[in-house]
Order: sequence, then structure tokens, then C-alpha cells
Amino acid sequence: MKIEDVVCSFCGCLCDDLVVEVDGKKVVNVENGCTLANEKFMGDHRLETPIRRTGNGWEKISYEEAIAETAAILLDADRPLLYGWSGTFGEAQSVGVHLAEILGAVIDNTSTVCHGPSILAIQEVGHPGCTLGQVRNRADVVVYWGANPIDAHPRHMSRYTTYCDGFFLKDAFKDRKVIVVDVRETESSNVADEFVRVNPGGDYAVLSALRAIVRGKRDIIPPNVEGVSREQLFRVADICIAAKFGAIFFGLGLTMSPGKNKNIRNAIELTQELSRHTKFTISPMRGHWNVYGSNEVFTWITGYPYAVDFARGIAFYNPGETTSVDILRRGECDACLVVASDPGAHFPRACAEHLARIPTVQIDPHVNVTTHLARIQIPVGVAGIDAEGTAYRMDGVPLRTRRLYKGDYPDDQEVLRKIYEIVREAKG
Amino acid sequence: MAGLHIKNAFVIDPLSGVKGEIMDISIRDGKIVEDAPPGAEIIDAAGCLTLPGGIDSHSHVCGTKVNFGRYMSPEDMRAGRTARKGVMHVTSGYSVPTTFGNSYRYSTMGYTTILEGAMAPLEARHTHEEFTATPHQDMLANTLFDGNWSIMEAVKEKDDKRAAAVVAWTLSAVKGFAIKLTNPGGTEAWGWGEDMSSIHDQVPNFGVTPAEIISTMIRANELLHLPHSVHLHCNNLGVPGNYRTTLETIDLVPDLNKDRQSLYLTHAQFHSYGGTTWRDICSKSEEIARAVNNKPQVVMDMGQILFGRTTTMTADGPMEFKLYMLHHNKWSNHDVELETGSGIIPVYYGRKSLVNCVMWSIGLELALLTKNPWQCLLSTDSPNGAPFVKYPEIIALLMSRKFRDSERKMIDPRTEHLVPLFALDREMDWYEIAVMTRAAQAKALGITRIGKGQLSPGAEADVAIYPLRPDEIDPSADYQQVMAGFSRTLFTIKRGRVVARDGVVVVEGANSTIWTKANVPPAYDMGADPEFTRKFEQYYTVRMSNYPVQDVYLPRGVRIETEASL
Repeated sequence: MKIEDVVCSFCGCLCDDLVVEVDGKKVVNVENGCTLANEKFMGDHRLETPIRRTGNGWEKISYEEAIAETAAILLDADRPLLYGWSGTFGEAQSVGVHLAEILGAVIDNTSTVCHGPSILAIQEVGHPGCTLGQVRNRADVVVYWGANPIDAHPRHMSRYTTYCDGFFLKDAFKDRKVIVVDVRETESSNVADEFVRVNPGGDYAVLSALRAIVRGKRDIIPPNVEGVSREQLFRVADICIAAKFGAIFFGLGLTMSPGKNKNIRNAIELTQELSRHTKFTISPMRGHWNVYGSNEVFTWITGYPYAVDFARGIAFYNPGETTSVDILRRGECDACLVVASDPGAHFPRACAEHLARIPTVQIDPHVNVTTHLARIQIPVGVAGIDAEGTAYRMDGVPLRTRRLYKGDYPDDQEVLRKIYEIVREAKG
Repeated sequence: MAGLHIKNAFVIDPLSGVKGEIMDISIRDGKIVEDAPPGAEIIDAAGCLTLPGGIDSHSHVCGTKVNFGRYMSPEDMRAGRTARKGVMHVTSGYSVPTTFGNSYRYSTMGYTTILEGAMAPLEARHTHEEFTATPHQDMLANTLFDGNWSIMEAVKEKDDKRAAAVVAWTLSAVKGFAIKLTNPGGTEAWGWGEDMSSIHDQVPNFGVTPAEIISTMIRANELLHLPHSVHLHCNNLGVPGNYRTTLETIDLVPDLNKDRQSLYLTHAQFHSYGGTTWRDICSKSEEIARAVNNKPQVVMDMGQILFGRTTTMTADGPMEFKLYMLHHNKWSNHDVELETGSGIIPVYYGRKSLVNCVMWSIGLELALLTKNPWQCLLSTDSPNGAPFVKYPEIIALLMSRKFRDSERKMIDPRTEHLVPLFALDREMDWYEIAVMTRAAQAKALGITRIGKGQLSPGAEADVAIYPLRPDEIDPSADYQQVMAGFSRTLFTIKRGRVVARDGVVVVEGANSTIWTKANVPPAYDMGADPEFTRKFEQYYTVRMSNYPVQDVYLPRGVRIETEASL
């Protein structure tokens, strides 16, 4: 059976034009997908049943047992952490937040090691952005800063920017200028009209120089700013000012390099400065397909996009204190539920070691690095393949991922609800 | 379901013609009935003011920009926190509370129905997700068409029926309630960093004017027989001298519907400014009120501001940019492809700011100068003028000249030379307040047909009982008591169930989402229209099949169907 207009649950692009062929309980072909999508749909190697660590290995256990033990671990904990969420759908995230609320737990999503600093910058100066279709139909200048879409978001350029014709750009590839700013050559910089190579850690200074130029202070710019010549800075600023519609996309190369949230603040303030001359927008290249959804769901329930601590009864937010890495690093957390992410692969070593010391339960379809730190793993359906629910694209557009076939696994929401019910019963 | 019997209630029910009588109200199966069933729970209202559940006909509570207001404002989240208690979830936020925060605070003020003022169709799913998490009010969504390309093309072709067909398809697809125009044409122009400065400017690339968009949509709305009228946020919001734009807009409005207005002008305060700059701004409330008094086909809401901190949020992206240029505080913007835009900035309305004092006066003047309370509804455009929790303060100001005079001493002394407020003697009575906070909303939204805003048998049993005894209180003198009373009901009853009591929410909610479906002849089904579907193929970034909001997002949807005259 061929299913059209399938939403891809891999990256924040949330492409919704895949054609997926299903045979029984297996995806046999994917059209329109990038290599990452193909791997997601076709190379799906699932854990078969819930498992529990024994002395030297693992034993298979039932869902009931796994769920009951998970609930017991969480109820027994003084400082539980519920982490992950970016790889599941909104309805499951919502149950997760209410579970954290009733437990008095900390709940955090992968933004904490990803675009968390971007969020801090937005909380300082705001965020002039737009949906991706605005860029597609209007942008004659596109800037990728510290991002390599060709490798990380393979269809971003063809669906939304460089190669995509739009209403006001009939021949987009010719009519659009692409500027790539990075510390090294990448696949993306190779297709740029202007490649700005910045010294590692030099982004903040380059952004400041561009802001000064846009403000008309060319005379204060030194001949070279962090590896970028004055001439190129002038050229880039002129391209931006002359744009009818400019769009900046930034990735972790800007967010997680020295300066962090201050880099992003500077980039946003450059956008705000450019908005006094022409139309300009800025957007983060969100990674996980529904990381933005986790920010959205957390926010409408708790008021904060990530790092929410319910220990005081109220929702408390203080990144640096209530963020997962800090809680684990301090050895504060005494039980962890990981849902739809892989902190074992992405967290600092000290944090991973702490996860291995405490009872860690992972709800995830696949074996990953975190499996090796966990006591229990509960496999679930994959949203967009054999589970479905809401996802938020990197620009905030909500889409419903679909279930392509009825599989054998419960979904995240179902498993979490059962845990929630046990906890609620116990808490009264 | 067992029933409820409310006895000794001091009832004001304007839609049923009840203007303040001690009577009993019986409820069964979520409806008002003649007689309560045996065994019904009895509530003794002891002469307290009893009204239909409050209805807010313009508030920003759910959806993309509202949530972004929370996301970007941890300082606001910290300013209003409550812990989990009983059935109540944790809440955060003062001007932009979390969804449960909105729901509980509205509920304890006696509000049972809310219209979200602006939903971008492309992002409708988000609004509906938050509606589900706002469990104590029935929800409706104004749906944005101000910069809709298909609409502007129909306007250019002078094809009212096609415009109507686009509206019908879109409302049905996104489960929206009514047509909202926010700065029509201006949000498309803002896609290029531009704006409209009059209703006769041409929208770049589309060759239509705001006036043409507004006129076409008013006619299209009536072709579809939608329950509500076009809901308009005029061009030039917040610009000194903009009252001329507002008057020109009011002049456009024909009288096309015998049951309600043909145009709803929202947050009129922000559109009633004289002068040419912020330095010489003055009140033009008299001109606007006069125009509305002469045109029964126009209804407005106040858009009152109150002093203090709040967050402004609107689909009017260019206006928010102007505010940013003024305040230099944080600024967010979010343009939505082919449809609309939005912007957010935090603000502080100060008693020491002459401009803010003039704005504060204008909202009250509009209400006091509009002869017919059914034509000027109470609102703050929450949270733009102030968060909705301040409604009781507006009620008290409208009911008490003494209160207004005491405020006069607190504000910039130059204000009184620029506004007529302090020359106005009018003090509103309980009946007028009941009209301005529920009955007129139900009528203006066209939801009396589903039993909203009234307490006659057959109506939805949404009831608010306030700790106020109209026989014993002189609101003119006891305005503090009025304010306290409207802040916290004794009982809020939603669909026959006590949901809040003495300021505490006592049950988990189960709201409905009310939406409209206008049935059109096959020739006007945009789902099969080649030009319309081409928009999705070529210009939208989502496929047409993934655009409509699935039924699963409306667990208790209430569909109002109409038969279009196309």
C-alpha cells in the first residue's frame, strides 16, 4: 500500500510530502525522502519487548511489569528527572509534564543541550521570525550561520530556501543569494554565493562588526575581524541591506560555540537592526523533529520551554540550575526517566556515569547508548510510522504525524498514561 | 445527571428580559429547565447577583503567538504562580498565564465562554491543542483572513462568492468560528516590511485596498450566513490621528443582518486617537461613539487599558514593530505564509505617561458615550490593554463616578484637558454591566442560537453567582466591593455543574469548541478548485491534505452549520 503526503518524523524540517510504501508491518519503500528519512523509515531495528538489567545481562519482562517497576522507581525517588521528549509527539509530552507535576520532578527536554542558549537569547531580546513559506516565497537573501543544512537538514534548501521557487521568485536558484558563515568549509558553504569563514569562537565579533556597519559606522571596522576581511564584511552587510527579504538560519555552530546565548542575542539584534532598513527574519535550525513541540507543550502547561522544576510545588525555571546536565553533574538526581532521546550519547561523561549509578528507565523504540546505562527499557511505537500525534516544525507550524500501519507496540502516550495512573493512585 | 436548583437568586438575564428579580433557576442535564428534577442539589443564592456565565468576545488565550508570549517571558511566568492543589494544575503567568491559569482565573470570575481573538489558519492545530488544555470554558476561534492571498485575489476580481467559498473551506478545514481581519492588507505588506497607512492604500503586488477587503468580507460573511459578523481590527492601530481611519471604516458598513451587527470593531480604544504625533495625541472617543450610535449595524468592544505591566500580542506585525521602535524592549514577530502575521512586545502602561492616561480615558469614554450597551462590550483585548483579571476594575470604573474621580487624582494632571472623561456623569447599572459582559457578547457572536448568554429554559446552564447583593450595595459609593465581588464568584456553573466555588476550581473541566461549517454548492467547493489547490502545490510549505485540523483535536466539538447563499 502506498501512502501519500506522509510527514517525516526525523528532523525539524518535518517534510510532509513523502510517499511511503507499506507491506503489512513493514515499510518497503520511501519516495521524496532524504537519506536520513530513508534510514528512519526503512532501517527500523526495534527492541522487541521491555527488558530489565540482570547481573550480567538483560531479561525480557512484560509491559505491566516494566510499567509497575518504573512507577515504583519514580515514586521512591526524592529528585526524579524526566528527560528527553523531543522524539515523541505532543500528546505524550503533555502526559509527561503532568507526570512531572504530580511527582514534584524536574522535566527537561533536549533543548537543554541544543538550542537552550537560543531560547535564553530570545527571552532577552525576542525573536523576529516567520514560517518557512515566507522565506520560500519571498527571500532573496538567505544566510546560514553555523549550520550545514545539506548534511543535517538535507531538504531544507530544496523545500524552503535556495532551490525552491516561490511566488515572488520564479527562478529561485538564480534570484537568491546564499551566504554561509562557518568555521570550516562544508557541503553547504560550497554552494554559497558568499562564504564567510570565521575563526573558531569569532562569531560574536563578526556579528558585532556587521551590526556596526548596518548602523552606518563603517569607519570603526578594523581591516580584519576574526579572520574576516573588512571588504567582505562590507559586502555581506550591503547584500543584507539591499535584500527585499532576508532570512538568517542559525545552527549549533553559533549556539554552542563560545559566547553561546550572547552569540544568538547578537544575531537577533543584527536582525532587528536590519529590520529598520528592510525585511529580515531569523530562525533556529531545530534538530529533532519535535523538539520545538516539547518547548511548546512545556510552555503552555508550565510557562517555560525547558528545565522545569516542580519540587517546590510551583513550576520553577532556572537554566544552569534546573537543567538536566547540571542536576546530573551535581549528583542530585536519584532516578531518571528518559523518553525519546539519547542522553547517553550526548551528555558529558560525568552525567552519563551518574545515569548509570541511579535507576534509569528508558522509553524508546530502539537500542541506543542510553540502553547501556539503563535498568529498564520499554519499547514503543514510532510516531510517524506505527504511532501518531502532533509535531511542531522548526518554525512552529503544527502537523499531525500519521500511523502508517497498526503495529504491535503501545505508543509513548499509552505507556506514560499507565505510569501516571499508578503514580496518581499512590499520591492520592 | 442530577440537577441543580438555585433559589433566591437576584437574576439579571438581559436576553430573556429579566432586569433584576429574585427568582429560582432550575437545571437538568446541563440545561436550564422549568423545574429541577427530584433530588436536585440546592444552592441558596441568598439574593446574590446571578447572571448567565460570562462570555469574552475578544481575548488572546491560546495559540502560536500567545504561547510565544509565554515562551519569551519567564519574568511574566514568575509573576503569577500557583501550586497544584486538588484538581487544579500548577499555573504560571500574570499577563499571559498558562492555559490552566487562564481557565481557572476566568472560571473563578464567572466566565464560561471565550473567543480567541486571532488564529492563523496554518497554525490552527496549535490553538485547538491549547483549547483542550483550557478546560473550563467553551472556546471559539476567530480565524485570520487579513492577508489571505486567495481572498485578496477574489477581492481583486470583485467576486464576493469566491471570497465566501474560500472562507467556507478554510473555517471548515481549521475548525474556526468567524472571520477575523487584522490590519487587512497590512499583514501582507509587512511581508516586505511595509504597512498600510489608510484604508485606500494598495496592498503591494495584489492591487486591492483594505477598504475593498473589508467590504467584500462583510458581504461574503452574510452570503455564508455565519453566526458572527466580520470581526475587524482596523488599520492604523495605535497611531495618533487614526480615528479618521476608524470613521472611514465605519462608513463602509452596510446593514445586512437583522439579528446582529454587520461589523464587529474590536478594541476600539486603540483606534480612537486624535492628534498627529505622540506629543499631541488626544481623545476622539466622542467622534467614534457618535458614529457607532448612528450605526446600529456596528458593535465594538472597548479594548480598555489599565495601568501596570502587560504583554501586547496581535496578528498586526507591523504595529508591534512600531511599538518596538518606541519602547526598545524585546520584540518578537512571526509572519505566516499566504495568510497573516503576528508580533509581541511587553509593555508598561504608566499613570505618569500622558499618552497612557489618554488611552485609559478613551476606553472608558467609549463605553460611557455609547448609548446602547449592546453596542459597546467590555474588553481589554486581553492581555493587550490589561490581563482579563482586571475586568472587575473596569466594571467598577463604569459604575462609579466617584472611583473615576479618585483615579483622576492619580494620573497625569494634563490628561483632563485632552479627554472628556471627567465631564461624563453616567454611571452604569447592574443591568448594563450584565449586557456588556455576557448578553451582548452572545448576541454579537450569534451564539444565542446554541443557548449561550441567557438563563431561559432550554439555554445552556452556564451561570455565575457573585457575592454581591444589588439591593444592599450602592456601586457608585461601594466600588471596592463591586470590584471584589466580580473578581470571585460564589459559584460558577458550567453546563449544569458547579466548576468553581469561592475562587477555587472544584472539578476537572470538559469544554467544547464551537466552530462553523457553511455548506456550499459543489461549484464553490474550494477543495476541488484548481487555482486554490495550486496554492498548496506551489506556495504553501504544507500539503493540502495535511492542512485540515483532524476531528481528534476537538474531543467535544460543537458544529454550527449554515447553508450558504451561493
